[in-house]
Amino acid sequence: MNAIVATVIFGLLLLALMLSSLRLVIGPSAADRVVALEVIASIMIGMLATYAVFYRVPQALDVAMVLALTGFLAAIGVSRYLVQRVVQGEREAADKEKK
Amino acid sequence: MIVGHIIMLLGAVFMLLAAVGSVRMPDLMTRMHSTTKAGAFGAGMMLIGVTLEFSALDIQVRAIAILLFILLTTPVAAHAIGHAGYLSGAKMWEGTLKDELKDQLGAHPPSDAAAADATPSRPASEDFPTAR
Repeated sequence: MNAIVATVIFGLLLLALMLSSLRLVIGPSAADRVVALEVIASIMIGMLATYAVFYRVPQALDVAMVLALTGFLAAIGVSRYLVQRVVQGEREAADKEKK
Repeated sequence: MIVGHIIMLLGAVFMLLAAVGSVRMPDLMTRMHSTTKAGAFGAGMMLIGVTLEFSALDIQVRAIAILLFILLTTPVAAHAIGHAGYLSGAKMWEGTLKDELKDQLGAHPPSDAAAADATPSRPASEDFPTAR
């Protein structure tokens, strides 16, 4: 029973991982790729939770916690970088117009 | 036991729905709509399943802490990504009905606005308070 449930959950999560990897590859803009990365991070959290339950390894939850933290920080960092790039481009365009 | 299994299965199904939405939806905003809500809900359900499966208190507390962290950070990250994606000119779906930020900023791709308007009415540093 346990093995069947674990296999089904891992199968569903693996399918989700493949779909979001597809979005990571084809995503037209950088923001789409960040969204895909965030989904991948939360899917990995789910996989670690499943592993912790069905293989009786509660230490995997610590890894899930760190993964949640790094996923959040990566999303914030990349979005700040994108906004900064737009602001800088605007400033340069305005400078060019002045000259 | 069986309740925990069922909840974990439901969480996995919701995560699969989030991934399907991220592939099938037409533009960035609708993709984020599917991934943030269904993804966070799925992860939360799986962590609730963990608390039901383990009887040790320290593990339950750990799982609840991860759940609270996800519930706190997902909206913040989605807000930041949506802001950045909009400003960097991600195309909206043609069926989009409402675009209030466009009225506030003046024009959709901000780079176009800066190129067309030689003297921007507002200094660029005050535009995006998140970009400090």
